[in-house]
Amino acid sequence: MEYLQFAVKRLVQATIVMFVISLIGFSIQDKLGDPLRELVGQSVSEEVRDELREQMGLNDSFPVQYARFITKAVRLDLGNSYFFKKPALEVIADKFQATMELVIGATLIIVVFSVPVGVFCAINPKSWISRVIMTLSIVGISVPVFLTAIFLIYIFSVELGWMPSFGRGDTISLGGWSTGFLTWDGLHHLVLPSLSLASIMLPLFIRLIRAEMMEVLETDYIRFAWAKGLVRRRVWFLHALKNTLLPVITVGGVQIGTMIAYTILTETVFQWPGMGFVFLEAINRVDTPLIIAYIIVVGLIFVVTNTVVDLIYSLVNPTVRLVGQKP
Amino acid sequence: MALLEVRNLHVEFPLGRKTLQAIHGLSFALDKGERLGIVGESGAGKSVAAFSILKLIAKPGRIAAGEVIFDGRDLAKISDEEMRQIRGNRISMIFQDPMMTLNPVLTVGTQMVECLKAHRDISDAEAKRLAIAKLREVKIPSAEERFENYPHQLSGGMRQRVVIAIALLTDPAVIIADEPTTALDVTIQAEIMGLMLDLCRDHAVALMLITHDLAVVSQVTQKICVLYAGRLAEQGPTRSIITQPKHPYTQGLIKALPQQNEPGARLFQIPGTMPTLDDVPAGCAFHPRCAFADELCRREVPEPRPIGDHRVACHHAEKVASA
Amino acid sequence: MNRIRLFMDSDLVFRFGRDRVAQFSFALFLAFVIAAFAAPLIAPFDPYDPMQIDLMDSEIPPLWQDANTDPRFLFGTDAQGRDLLSTILYGTRISLIIGFCAVALQILIGVSIGLISGYVGGRIDSFFMRLADIQLSLSTLMVAIIASAVFKATFGTEIYGNVAILVLVLVIGIAEWPQYARTVRASVLAERSKEYVDAARVIGLPRWRIMIRHVLPNTLSPILVISTVQIANAIISEAALSFLGLGMPVNKPSLGSLISSGFEFIFSGSWWITVIPSLVLVALILSINLLGDWLRDVLNPRLYKD
Repeated sequence: MEYLQFAVKRLVQATIVMFVISLIGFSIQDKLGDPLRELVGQSVSEEVRDELREQMGLNDSFPVQYARFITKAVRLDLGNSYFFKKPALEVIADKFQATMELVIGATLIIVVFSVPVGVFCAINPKSWISRVIMTLSIVGISVPVFLTAIFLIYIFSVELGWMPSFGRGDTISLGGWSTGFLTWDGLHHLVLPSLSLASIMLPLFIRLIRAEMMEVLETDYIRFAWAKGLVRRRVWFLHALKNTLLPVITVGGVQIGTMIAYTILTETVFQWPGMGFVFLEAINRVDTPLIIAYIIVVGLIFVVTNTVVDLIYSLVNPTVRLVGQKP
Repeated sequence: MALLEVRNLHVEFPLGRKTLQAIHGLSFALDKGERLGIVGESGAGKSVAAFSILKLIAKPGRIAAGEVIFDGRDLAKISDEEMRQIRGNRISMIFQDPMMTLNPVLTVGTQMVECLKAHRDISDAEAKRLAIAKLREVKIPSAEERFENYPHQLSGGMRQRVVIAIALLTDPAVIIADEPTTALDVTIQAEIMGLMLDLCRDHAVALMLITHDLAVVSQVTQKICVLYAGRLAEQGPTRSIITQPKHPYTQGLIKALPQQNEPGARLFQIPGTMPTLDDVPAGCAFHPRCAFADELCRREVPEPRPIGDHRVACHHAEKVASA
Repeated sequence: MNRIRLFMDSDLVFRFGRDRVAQFSFALFLAFVIAAFAAPLIAPFDPYDPMQIDLMDSEIPPLWQDANTDPRFLFGTDAQGRDLLSTILYGTRISLIIGFCAVALQILIGVSIGLISGYVGGRIDSFFMRLADIQLSLSTLMVAIIASAVFKATFGTEIYGNVAILVLVLVIGIAEWPQYARTVRASVLAERSKEYVDAARVIGLPRWRIMIRHVLPNTLSPILVISTVQIANAIISEAALSFLGLGMPVNKPSLGSLISSGFEFIFSGSWWITVIPSLVLVALILSINLLGDWLRDVLNPRLYKD
């Protein structure tokens, strides 16, 4: 019951955020460019323009126009891209798959490496390996993603010629989702972009896990676990790790959103045909519907991941006190 | 031979520029089934003493010198694995704050069963049966249900009962209880202390009770060690310490007990506060607060010496005792 | 005098004296700041002055290369014939100005909201904290990219180039206030319950004055620690935006736009246009991050390091 209450509250908050994002999207449409010019060009007389304006409802009050925008938006209609001449959402949806595969690739790298390395550094804070890892991680944080991307290309594509430097390679279509994970060529193309996307998050997560775990190792319940005479493995990998990873999950959820932002950078360097790449092109072409579609889709991704992570977190973690719950 | 004997224990914390002496030459012995109280203000080194017996001192603390003899073996010298087999098996520990002692993300049952399985070669079902029996023994109602609960579903008093049950699971020879009731509601403190006393008597478990509360110690224990600023002030049989204290600090503590005064009378207070470990005065650490202090006390640290059946670290113990 | 002696005796100075990494990174950071702000004095050329740029000088390699070098250009020249050393010095200045100003703006907004939130409490407090939650859940870089993209599309490239510094400071500055606000708010709440606040009220001092005089000094060390990281992040964000073409224009380049403009030449062999500013950018950020890491270790007593 409490959980339901919490979930409803969280969903309301998510809706409010989406509302604000849609408002921002709509204001952009209002300010950016002239829809008439895109439709009819410059050569139409002022009277005809006024009439068209009236017909299209461009003279209506802000709330009325916004209401029209939002009704269309919930029917997944955000207008046609000026450049691609097809629905903006369709363009974004096409590119969404490429971006998501990049995010999945990077997430895999992060999860596989950050947990063991972070835990190792927390357990052996004084060993020289930990010191080297911590030093490397601070260097990693200090190198911007686009530089990592450039240098990966320079080393592995230009100098060594081992890896392709741009594009997705071969993809296979799986029920409407074209994936590069199932072809050798596709995987080959995924390596460098995923690595560079992971390059900034991986050191962050290693440091986060190390710091969290070191804090947990100082707690009374860990001391009590030692006092019970448990073997190290159990104290470290059950008692401490479980408490370490719970807060990391929340941060992880937020970071998925951040990663979407960084995909714009990696996609630009690797000319990866994803949402971010298309978005930058849309900016340069002042393709307003496409810009709005991107903002709304990305906003939706942020809101959904955050909400889902919060809901899962409070389900998984028995200690989270929900609203009004008694111990 | 004593079951547990601490000889001339020194514990230090190297911190940045200086090294703090948390415990300086502490010695005591504990026989089978005996109950010993370690008394002192917070910061006197009581908890450090407890944790150093199990070699669980918080970093960067370390045992600088001394011996901890348990069952004829020096715990300071045995291997990590041998030490692990003693912890929670032969020597159990009860912590101060039951809200923090149990792991919040594991069920009560998990935390009990794992302790048994760490020391005995038994099946899960058997471990569960023993654990539930122990929960009943510490008077936890509907033990089967509690076994499945997470710690946050239990009240503070219930949690401390669970901790006591865990401490008793493996039938240990010694239980070290570090202020086991301080964090609890006043109303259930006596209940928990009574329960602990009963269980230790029934199972002939030796108890090392660490507390700042002289009243509790006087009711529960047979021997007392009084610590001040990391050093022994006075030790001896409980009755004799309470009735004939020979160290001015012990005297002050006893005078400060409420029942020593007439109702409505102002409580006695030892003037001043205990020094922190990085600021211990020269000579006897207690001299700035002591009415008997003289030049000797300011200059020389008094070594503990036998007076009657006590050991007292005071230059003027004879004078104090007759005062 | 007394305060200076107190500072010199402090743990901070003591540990700084013993930590080689801290000394090195501080020296490096200081060198960057001085070199960047003295750029008009020490740079051999003025990269903003079209009269000093000759397209004939373009893509000259650095002096230590074998062929086609020119003794006037230590680090060589970029594709437009600008002296790379001078351009880097001016670019570092822009990156640092944006970093410092954006963080100053973050502190201003964050501390004000934190004080108000903690002091007033109630609905205003929960509104701001909700806002902080949401703000933190959105990625700063994403918000900055979208905001500057929209600015650019609205103004057009020409006008945007002229106001870019201001836009970047605003965009990066506004998006990161919650960390400061939370820290200050927590500190206000801790102080509020203390007795001297009531006591001071009894003798007629306004409460907000007591709060500001007592709360702000307490938040100094967390703000310092957060700020070092934030300056590094602001510089990275600026570089990223400029790299995407949403930040500083090519004729007034920051380190990021310089790297971006050299990117297309990396494959044709003119690696220095990208590599040298990249190294400067990484060294600058690294020095700040190392300093921040060290400060966190020293100022946060909970994390004792041996």
